[in-house]
Amino acid sequence: MVQYAISRLDASFAALSDGTRRGVLEQLGRADASITDLAQTFHMTLTGMRKHVGVLERAELVTTEKVGRVRTCRLGPRRFDDEAAWIEEYRQLWDSRFDELDKVVDELNWKEHVDGRSN
Amino acid sequence: MDAAIRSEPTNMAGTTTVDRPTDRELVITRIVNGPARIVFAAWTKPELLERWWAPKSFPIKLLSCEMDVRVGGRYRLVFGYEGSTMDFFGRYVEVTPNSRLVWTNDEGGEEATVTTVTFEETGGKTLVVVHDLYPSKEALDDAIESGSTTGMPEALGQLDELVVTLGESAA
Repeated sequence: MVQYAISRLDASFAALSDGTRRGVLEQLGRADASITDLAQTFHMTLTGMRKHVGVLERAELVTTEKVGRVRTCRLGPRRFDDEAAWIEEYRQLWDSRFDELDKVVDELNWKEHVDGRSN
Repeated sequence: MDAAIRSEPTNMAGTTTVDRPTDRELVITRIVNGPARIVFAAWTKPELLERWWAPKSFPIKLLSCEMDVRVGGRYRLVFGYEGSTMDFFGRYVEVTPNSRLVWTNDEGGEEATVTTVTFEETGGKTLVVVHDLYPSKEALDDAIESGSTTGMPEALGQLDELVVTLGESAA
């Protein structure tokens, strides 16, 4: 389960490590666009742009839909950055909570140990 | 390395994981260094729970804690944050001593998120798994979009800011 979350994060960071792909996300944040539009905007071949969009798609940052002969790209339904940040924040809450729980359990363990010896 | 330190059972304990295995579920895990009956007690006795449920490092205080830990019994936790209070409440659905607790989180309205906690003891340590099942994908998405991990609006989002502010005012 943790592996799954980490591999999703990796995919996301890998997708965002490229300037063109970040540009594509920025562009799609303004309006949906076809692969052809994006290829023109970024002065690339269709094949090159298809590859970039494929990486973004696998990271769930972009979705595409083919209508007729045109493949339209839009931002993915998963607001990945928000979700990853939220999950990390939630993890920190539980981590702190469990750290405090550890202290309570340590104390109870100790009491039991001492009581056990004195009985 | 000192033999006494090496013998400390710290290998697996102390790591907290959180994952969203499906659209409706969140799973939190942690290994606690103690037997299940002690860990279970810390989850079911209000005087113990109130010592750890609201960590000191968070700007939220647990003001009161009532728990009737038996099937059908109710609980109510009242938190304070910046002068306002918020109640978290629900009902215990399953209570299996030292191994399993299930409760509803009714503060969210008609469709409750259900929390299942299991306690699994191995070699004197206890694996605690907290499983939240939301009524729908939308309910969990909404919780994430609201930015609050506790139900307290923006409380945790502002944590860093608050810590800095508190640090400055203490200095």
